[in-house]
Amino acid sequence: MTQLPAPSNVKLGLVIDLDTCVGCHACVTACKGWNTENYGAPLADEDPYGAKPEGTFLNRIHSYEVQPETGPAQLVHFPKSCLHCEDAPCVTVCPTGASYKRAEDGVVLVNEKACMGCGLCAWACPYGAREMDPSAGVMKKCTLCTDRIYNDNLPEEDRVPACVRTCPAGARHFGDLGDPDSAVSQLVEARGGIDLMPEQGTKPVNKYLPPRAKDQAPEAPIDILAPLLAPMTPGETDTPKGFLGWLDRALDSLPGGK
Amino acid sequence: MAAKGTAPVTARGYDLSPKPGDEIRKTTCYMCACRCGINVHMKDGKVAYIEGNRDHPVNRGVLCAKGSAGIMQHNAPSRLRAPMKRTGPRGSGQFEEISWDEALQLADDILRPLRDTNPEKLAFFTGRDQSQSFTSFWAQNFGTPNYAAHGGFCSVNMATAGIYTMGGAFWEFGQPDWDHTKLFLLFGVAEDHDSNPIKMGIGKIKARGAKVIGVNPIRTGYNAVADDWVGITPGADGLLILSLIHCLLKAGRIDLDYLARWTNAPCLLDTDGMLRRNGDGKTLVIDRNTKAEVPFDTAGILPDIAAPGTVMEQIAERYLSDEYAPESVAARCGLTPDRIRTLAAELARVAFDEAFEIEQEWTDFRGETHKTMTGRPVAMHAMRGISAHANGFQTARALHILQILLGTVEAPGGFRFKPPYPKPPEAHPKPHCKVTPGKPLDGPHLGFVHGPDDLTLKEDGSPARIDKAFSWENPMSAHGLMHMVISNAHAGDPYEIDTLFLYMANMSWNSSMDPKGVMHMLTDKKADGSYKIPNIIYSDAYSSEMVAYADLILPDTTYLERHDCISLLDRPICEADAAADAIRWPVVAPDRNVQGFQTTLVKLGAKLGLPAFVNEDGSAKYADYADYITNHVRKPGIGPLAGWREGPEAFPEGTDAPGGRGEAPSDQLQRYIEHGGFWMRHVPAEARYFKPWNAAYQDWAVQMGLYDSPQPYLFNLWCEPLRRFQRAAEGHGTRQPPDHLRARIREKLDPLPIWWDPSEDIPDAESYPVHALTQRPMAMYHSWGSQNAWLRQIHGMNPLYIPTNIWEAQGLKTGDWVKVTSPHGAITVPAAHMAALNPNTVWTWNAIGKRKGAWALSEDAPESTKGFLLNHLIHELLPPKGDGLRWSNSDPVTGQAAWFDLRVRIEKAPAPDGEQSQPNPGTSASPVPEGAANLAWQVRK
Repeated sequence: MTQLPAPSNVKLGLVIDLDTCVGCHACVTACKGWNTENYGAPLADEDPYGAKPEGTFLNRIHSYEVQPETGPAQLVHFPKSCLHCEDAPCVTVCPTGASYKRAEDGVVLVNEKACMGCGLCAWACPYGAREMDPSAGVMKKCTLCTDRIYNDNLPEEDRVPACVRTCPAGARHFGDLGDPDSAVSQLVEARGGIDLMPEQGTKPVNKYLPPRAKDQAPEAPIDILAPLLAPMTPGETDTPKGFLGWLDRALDSLPGGK
Repeated sequence: MAAKGTAPVTARGYDLSPKPGDEIRKTTCYMCACRCGINVHMKDGKVAYIEGNRDHPVNRGVLCAKGSAGIMQHNAPSRLRAPMKRTGPRGSGQFEEISWDEALQLADDILRPLRDTNPEKLAFFTGRDQSQSFTSFWAQNFGTPNYAAHGGFCSVNMATAGIYTMGGAFWEFGQPDWDHTKLFLLFGVAEDHDSNPIKMGIGKIKARGAKVIGVNPIRTGYNAVADDWVGITPGADGLLILSLIHCLLKAGRIDLDYLARWTNAPCLLDTDGMLRRNGDGKTLVIDRNTKAEVPFDTAGILPDIAAPGTVMEQIAERYLSDEYAPESVAARCGLTPDRIRTLAAELARVAFDEAFEIEQEWTDFRGETHKTMTGRPVAMHAMRGISAHANGFQTARALHILQILLGTVEAPGGFRFKPPYPKPPEAHPKPHCKVTPGKPLDGPHLGFVHGPDDLTLKEDGSPARIDKAFSWENPMSAHGLMHMVISNAHAGDPYEIDTLFLYMANMSWNSSMDPKGVMHMLTDKKADGSYKIPNIIYSDAYSSEMVAYADLILPDTTYLERHDCISLLDRPICEADAAADAIRWPVVAPDRNVQGFQTTLVKLGAKLGLPAFVNEDGSAKYADYADYITNHVRKPGIGPLAGWREGPEAFPEGTDAPGGRGEAPSDQLQRYIEHGGFWMRHVPAEARYFKPWNAAYQDWAVQMGLYDSPQPYLFNLWCEPLRRFQRAAEGHGTRQPPDHLRARIREKLDPLPIWWDPSEDIPDAESYPVHALTQRPMAMYHSWGSQNAWLRQIHGMNPLYIPTNIWEAQGLKTGDWVKVTSPHGAITVPAAHMAALNPNTVWTWNAIGKRKGAWALSEDAPESTKGFLLNHLIHELLPPKGDGLRWSNSDPVTGQAAWFDLRVRIEKAPAPDGEQSQPNPGTSASPVPEGAANLAWQVRK
């Protein structure tokens, strides 16, 4: 069993905007590319051109349909990766200490050299955010791109997770959720950001911004007969002749019209 | 933000500061048509990681799923390895690899006699070609009239309607004013074109709290994040739009000042429906101040849209009719009348009640100076969905009329053109078709016709082109009709050809209607045992389904191994605020015996002695495509790339971006490479909006080389070229349509947008009550995507998505299969339930389904077992109507393939043997070995 460190002041994590995520999977392959080339063993793809291609991904998009009580069904795209929980059950369950939470910034990592591939952590994670690499036989998970966010070899503006840097819709945000004044904390505050499955007691650091209310256009008609340019006799524009007459007077009221 | 605090160097031995590579090479993505800038991180000469280029105007650093998976495209096992000649029968996939010398000699042996005797016997069509200004130039030099790219089965309705109406179009040719719009209205199925800019834009306006409304039968992607979803029934977009116009006219919620000044609403019509003109050919208006009839561009006038006899009067007459009242149209649209009124009200409210001013003085083409720029913050955009119908041209035109009535085009907050647009239809070339053996064609193949005189007809009135573009069947087919080439060539109608030469177009599979029929046509033989289409030459980088049907394969490179130019002469990467162009360059050398197709054409052109490709002594003029890009002169001072050109007319060194019109420096490509692979020059502040009428923009465009002289023009609410065709159909003029087309031309080529139900052309339509659509997922591009080891794990299968009402009526459950029947055929495919869907619509992802043996996938890959194409249900001709004629399944104006007019019925069906989607056209041999059993792609040591 592995111990969690005392909660850190710095809690690095992601804020994911479910109102803006269009489900394009850009974050999925940017993550795959960076983490195949960098931290630990490459993310494997077994049978990549065959019947059952099966690879390791640290971040996947799920799509769910939602049927509200009234109005049409909705589709929500839901990106899922490790939430870097404060009370991370995947850490405490690890028999070798391979799975650990960093004291300095709260990032949850796997030390692959100490991982024996028992898979207990994946069972313990209520979010299904860990994947056993089929080739390397070690547990893989989101590293929050620790090898980008502290990376001296990257320009400062690029020291963010690959998924955040690439997201075309700007739906992914990275920062310190332990600092109430950080941009991400402010965003969570303003948009009513939520924990995923809080009942699990894992205290996830990552937050999700819920979709805004949709399909709020009133079904009862708005009266568009409030004319831009008064006066117009009601019903006047129903006929082409009446319309031209109205046009004629309306034009007079334009600047330079007369 | 970057992480705070002291940077730890390692985490339990893991390096937290790995170098992403030894070097960054900046080039242009080609994982779709978006053409984003990419940073390719190299390690030891290998591609280690690809990310977006932050400086690039298209993507500003972001990159989509396809772009980030480019590394898997670059190392795909399906890459062709060498030139090949066919050894087995066509379609078998049996080839022998040959040398480039032999390949070019074989091509020469085929093509030289054609050029010497009858160049039209060559049909040269390119698919998702991003070098059309070059490939068309090559075809023009060869002398054949038979050239086009894939626009005819893709987007020609959108492009043509836009250019004829307002001198510019959606997609890569314009963009919403993301910084100012308060309401974004997005029409149509598909999530592909301009994909990163649209995602970035939606993210931007949502962050501001602006509203997004999606009009689309399918609520995925952008429509999933839309604040309001209008789940319209397919094919009815035009009807909805004309009803919105009806509501806005009735309420007087239109931009009168804009219509008077910038459109042909005030232009006078003669009794024959032609615009009245003076001796100089200028259209005439009544000046509201003097009541005199004056040319539209007279200084100091205010054109009168309330005068009798104007285009505005015709608009009022047409659209105030109850025919377009919400109550009349709602049922066909699948909406309620109130929903239509609410949408109209919202458009009007935002356009007029939330109007704003930008404090920027500007001067219009009549010489009047305006203190501010008035914003109308409603931006519209449309995807393929609205245009891939037989009524798609008029629908796209209707949408532009709606934009224009609200005064939102080129106004702040509205829709903005990207250079080289705006460009009036008259400034585009006309199509050319005069063939002279041994000589180039008399001009560009494609262009914009303005009446019957511009059609490409032979002296006997028959079509001059093999695809019958610019003929009476589809007069305004500005992109050609690639989808008709094979069936016309097979039928010898309008004439027989000798050689079909194709580039990256998967015509035997997902790019054709009725693929089995096309496979038959490609392999069909004459009585003497020879093929009906005698020679087929094909170039592709990958082992696509089309490869098996070629006699000679000229293998292309991947996008990281080639030179390209994303040229202002073609389809550039400009932004509304900047002109820009870009290059690709070989960031890695090919490890196979392949070369960029454009280089192949340069060499073949020299070998054939095409005049633009040889020097006076007959030697090759260009060594390769890179040489052409730098040294080709299209017009004095103008060539493929605008950046860093030098000379008295160029923007000088030390300014925003030197270049424009001038001489290309010999190191031009190197300058691009040093500058991140692109060049961009900003539009001056006073020229940013109202570009078609803005004198500062017009002058800037001349200096850029976009125009030879200022080209101010009016938006064409009344589209006079359409009226010219109508008049011919009414019997006027010397060039007359065949009688069987007269009624259709009179009816469908209306100079004001109309709507008709394409289902009228389907006999027994009630037996096929459901609309069937396809759309491309954001993570895939055509058939290229599903060979990609990463992307196929995202979309490896494509069920048919079925709405709740049909799902329940058929008693379907997860894992069930359905038989889908159209008037043309039937398929049996896996089904899936989707609630967020129009109740009369089913759909699937396109081009996921693969033929067994193609793309280096195993035969049991899900793409070729459960995956399927809807194409099998669609024919290039409509079902017989009993009039003895076969009508094409396309738009009667442009010839655009009407993919989305497909009607079907759905029945639950047992899973076919082996859970194999039907039909299964069998296996072709693979010319490349199957891919590796495992991948762990890490280039670091």
